[in-house]
Formats: sequence, structure tokens, C-alpha cells
Amino acid sequence: MSHKLSHLEQLESEAIFIFREAVEQFENPVILFSGGKDSITLVHLAYKAFFPAKIPFPLLHIDTGHNFPETLEFRDELAKRYNVKLDIGYVQDSINRGTAVEEKGLNPSRNTLQSITLLEKLEEGKYDAAFGGGRRDEEKARAKERFFSHRDEFGQWDPKNQRPELWNLFNGKKAQGESFRVFPISNWTEMDVWQYIKKENIALPSIYFAHDRNIVNRGGVLLAESPYNTLLPGEKYEQMHIRYRTLGCMTITGAIYSDADNLDKVIEEVAAARETERGNRADDKRSEAAMEDRKKQGYF
Amino acid sequence: METNGYLDMDLLRFTTAGSVDDGKSTLIGRLMYDTKSIFEDQLQAIERSSERRGDENINLALLTDGLKAEREQGITIDVAYRYFATPKRKFIIADTPGHIQYTRNMVTGASTANLAIILIDARNGMIEQTCRHSFIASLLGIKHIVVCINKMDLVNFSEEAFEKIKASYIDFSKTLNVPDIHFIPISALKGDNVVDVSKHMNWYTGSTLLQTLENVQIISDFNFVDARFPVQRVIRPQSDQYPDFRGFAGRVEGGIFRPGDEVTVLPSGISTKITAIYQEKKELQEAFSPMSVCITLENNIDISRGDMLVKRDNQPKVDQEVELMICWLNDKKMTPKGKYLLKHTSNEAKCVVKEVAYKVDINTLNKIEGDFEVNKNDIVKMTLKSAKPLFFDSYKKNRTTGCLILIDEFSNETVAAGMIL
Repeated sequence: MSHKLSHLEQLESEAIFIFREAVEQFENPVILFSGGKDSITLVHLAYKAFFPAKIPFPLLHIDTGHNFPETLEFRDELAKRYNVKLDIGYVQDSINRGTAVEEKGLNPSRNTLQSITLLEKLEEGKYDAAFGGGRRDEEKARAKERFFSHRDEFGQWDPKNQRPELWNLFNGKKAQGESFRVFPISNWTEMDVWQYIKKENIALPSIYFAHDRNIVNRGGVLLAESPYNTLLPGEKYEQMHIRYRTLGCMTITGAIYSDADNLDKVIEEVAAARETERGNRADDKRSEAAMEDRKKQGYF
Repeated sequence: METNGYLDMDLLRFTTAGSVDDGKSTLIGRLMYDTKSIFEDQLQAIERSSERRGDENINLALLTDGLKAEREQGITIDVAYRYFATPKRKFIIADTPGHIQYTRNMVTGASTANLAIILIDARNGMIEQTCRHSFIASLLGIKHIVVCINKMDLVNFSEEAFEKIKASYIDFSKTLNVPDIHFIPISALKGDNVVDVSKHMNWYTGSTLLQTLENVQIISDFNFVDARFPVQRVIRPQSDQYPDFRGFAGRVEGGIFRPGDEVTVLPSGISTKITAIYQEKKELQEAFSPMSVCITLENNIDISRGDMLVKRDNQPKVDQEVELMICWLNDKKMTPKGKYLLKHTSNEAKCVVKEVAYKVDINTLNKIEGDFEVNKNDIVKMTLKSAKPLFFDSYKKNRTTGCLILIDEFSNETVAAGMIL
């Protein structure tokens, strides 16, 4: 018998190790569940890490109110299937409280408001560690992220003053009020996630696969028809054959033209892709340091 | 990239070290560019930035500079991780900065690496930093070094220049503990011998850098002899379906465990047998490093996090006193006879610095005796005394059971990295 683990087996083992380590080091962890493939993979890994015991922490979803209906349906079904508690924070609640203010203009994005609701929910739930599906290959600010990422009492990330992280020794020590973000799939690439989904036969929301949808092309970003999107003068919806590479708010997440209606075709498409998966995210395009700035303020 | 066979790919983690301006970021950019791991939108983004900065060519180095401050100052200030894959292997690069004040970042990057790339500017030959980077790689137990002699285009692709540097490195490396060293003449800027074979150096018949990275044998670097299983967590579902299940979750950090094996539990010393090894529902016939598994035992023994399962005839050292090399990582210097918290495998204990033996001059590898002030980036031999017994191996024998970190109990910061002797 060969004593060699494939790269996927090694990455899985590493993620499971991180989950177990965090649960031992923190009192009240939670999984940040966005509804996308990375956080679905995260839930699957957590399930494997603690089997036959239940996943020993809840899921937290920040609902912007601008989600794809397919995402919400899938989320509720997944929580049932894994028998795990689902905690939901509504951006609308923060707006009602006056702690968040809706963007002005025709098509406001609630993407930046998520961070506010998230921090409020973390405080309310007394969560001292939040697992995220962030990967270092996604974006250049994320390339410097730790597995155990320290946040001050305002939930802020200080990229220049991160704790060195050596070997497999993770330091989750913190003062009262401080917290951690934990990223078990830091070392995975988009391709690794897709291959793992195939290997483990993990179910995904239907919108990851090619389907027909009414779309408007706004400056190269293919936006879906939704109650949160008002057409600009001269724009009109057209039915297109598309799928999504990442999931976010309907107001900012762009689709891609695609015929990939099953996992093998999606993987082929990912392998041939010439744009990063966040390339269709209007939120990252705001400035060169957009992600870094949002992360510092407490974004995932 | 080809998708066939992707499921069976191997994983290689490597670190890159070099001094400022020797083209390290360009090399990584080149590796990613030529293996088609850079996406069009990333390329466009750096094209725009290069233009704004007034660079003549596309500045591949910009790909690896993630933080605002780095882009502004044109330097790398923290370890950044990069990923690329070929049909043979997935690669994880720990990209570490080379300036003197950032030794701690190199130690961090090297701690998880199987291989180190050391860059030398062909015009300058070996410099102090080359020695320092090589020493750190050796200290951190890296078994494979690839010395890339870069900027060959600026020395007219001269074989003589390459051979001269190679000979002086071989001479120097006798003091290191690195069994496998490769030498490759390259030009990261022009792409010679990085991914594609150089058209300018017919005299060189060896592998390109990528071929070397794809083919280095790392399987023998894992320890399959000394069985070590630090217990991370006790799994007790207490559910109707599994009322009496009691499993020990952790990662195999050495050797091979099989159902039926007799194991000894440390620190109690009690022996029992493995009944099953699980990966979720799957029962395994054997578990080896670095698999995360859940082990059930025949007898109901009191075992908790921090304990270790080993084989009776092959046990680690058990002691409260540990001799080690440490690299100090924190701005605040070490407190003489200071108390710290140590983390070792899944164990945690208070400890006190018993004695500092000597400092190492990392440029000459000479001992500095009589200087006991331990500052950031210092590498020091010392003795720690722990409040409870630790179960450990020498770092040379096992990189996981032989390493530890120290934490300052007031700031909670990780202040030192230790390699047990």
C-alpha cells in the first residue's frame, strides 16, 4: 500500500485539523455561511471532522435581503440535512436600527453593510471565533491571511501586525472582547474546491450550473433580473444561458455565459477559465485595495 | 491546465528566499505566468499598475505584492502564499521577504516547506544573505534546496560565472544539514530555464526549475517509523445512535497505526489496543502522516487533549527540560529567566527560560558566547523548563513533535519558534 496522500487528501486533512483545533481553543465558534460553494464545502469538512458527533457549532448567515432565492432555499435544506442550528442576521434589521445606512442611488448594494450586521451578530451571539471559507488564492489581500486571524475588539484586521504562524501550531489566545476568524481552506484553490466537491459528491445550489435567466449586461457585468435591480435608461433584460462562478448579492454578482450544466463541465470550464472567479464581482473593482480595506473593517 | 489525473496530484510546499532586488517576485511571477496560472484580469490589473508606475515591461513582481503599503514602497513585508499547479503537482509557495529585519518571516515560511529556492544574483555571487537564508532553511529542517543563479542574461549566460558560484556554494553548504541541493542557471526576467529550456545556455543540460520542482522526491521526508498520535479532541456523540462511542481525534504525526496495534498512552503509560481507525464513516486499515483520523481503543482509559498515543517499543522523550534552538520573533526582547506559555503538538504548558547557552551569528554561523540579550530575529540555543512533562522528539527526527512556539501571556503574541535538539 502506498503511503502517499494526494493533494486533496492533504488539504482535507489540514482543514479537519484546523476545525478540531479551533473548537478546542475557542468557547463559542460559528461557521459564516454565505451559501456559496466554499462555505458549503466548509460545512461538509466540519461534518467529517467531528463525525459521529454532530457539528458542535451553529451556522451564521448574513442575509442582505438581496439574495438569490435558490441560495436561501438551499441554505435551509442544508441546515436540516446536517442537523445544525442556523442563526441569521438581517442587514434590514441593522438599517431599521439605524446602525447601517442604505447606499444612495438607483441600485444600492448592501455588500459593505454586511460587515456591520456581521459584527453586530457576532457580538450578540458572543461568538469568539468565526470560520470562513476565504481562500488565499482569491484575492491579493487574502494571500497574507492567517489560518487563525486575530481581530481586535472592533472586529478589525491589522494586516501589518499579524501573529506569525508556524508549523501546525495555532495561537488562539486573545483578550476579552477580541475574536478570531478561522480559515480552514486557506490553502485551497478554486480548482481544488471543485475537485473536492466532485470527489465527495457534495450537493450545490442549482445556480452554479448553466440555466436560462433574464440578464442585463451592465458595463460587462451580467446582472440577473431581480426586484433589487432597476434598469437604467436604454437597458433591457434578455434571456441568456448563464451560470454563476461565485454567489453574492443579486445586485453585484455577475453571471458568466456558460453551457456547463453538470459538475464535469464546470470543472472543465474552471480549468480553461482566463479570468479569476472574483473577476465578475463589481465590489472588488471599486479600487485596487478594495478587498484589503473591507477586510480591515471586519469583512469576511 | 489539464484536468485528467488531477485527483491524484501530489503536493509540494516550497519557500523562496532572496535579498532585495535579486528578482524573487519576478521569479514567482514568471513561474505563475509561464504555467498559465495568472488570469487575464490579474494580468490587466498589473499592466495598468506597471503603466502608472512607469515600468518599461509588465512588472511581474506586482503580482505578489498584496498590501497597499507594499505596493507603495515596492517591498514585500509579510509572508504571502501563492498557488499554482501542473498536471503532476500542486504547489504552495510561501513567498517571504528578504530584508534583514524580516528573518522571522522566513522562519515562518520555511516551517511548513519541503523545499527552499535560494536566489543568487549572478553578477554578485554569494553574499551574506545567501548564507543566512540557507542556514535558516537548514535550521528549519528543509531537506531540498534549489539554488537558482539568476540574471544570467546580465553575465552573457556565462558557464564560468555559474560554475564559480556553484563551487563556492557547495563549499559553504558543507556546514549545512541539507542532503539534496540543486543548481540551475536562470533568467527570471526573460524566462530562461524557469519553465522553458533556455536557448542561450546549451552548456547546461540539467532540468529547468519547474521540472525540478515537479520531480523532487519528497515521500521519504515523511516519517513512517516513529508512531506518534497527539490527541486533539475526544469525540463523544452521546446520541441515541452512538450512545457509547468514544473516539480520539487527531492527526498522525509519524509512523503507521493499524487496527489491532498495541499502543501506549502518554503520560499515563497505560497500554491498550486500537479497535478501529475512522475517517468519517470509513474504517481504515492503516493511518499514516499527515492523515486526520479518529481512533477508538479497546479499554476505556481516561485520555484527553494533549495526550499522545505511541508504540511501546518506540517512545518519544518525556521530560520537563527541553534543549532547543529558538528564533525570537517579537519586537519585545526576551525576558531573562522569563515565563512564557508554550504550545507543543496539542499540548500547552507554562514554562520558564532556564538558560541561554549562546547566540548564532546567522551570517557566519559562528557562536556568539556571552551575549544573552535575545532580540527580534536572533537565533539562540537555550534550555526551557516546562511546568509539566512534554513528549517530544528532536526536530531532526520529527518536524511536528520536535517543534514548539512560545506565547507571551500578557500580549498573547507568538514570540518565539523553537526547534528541539
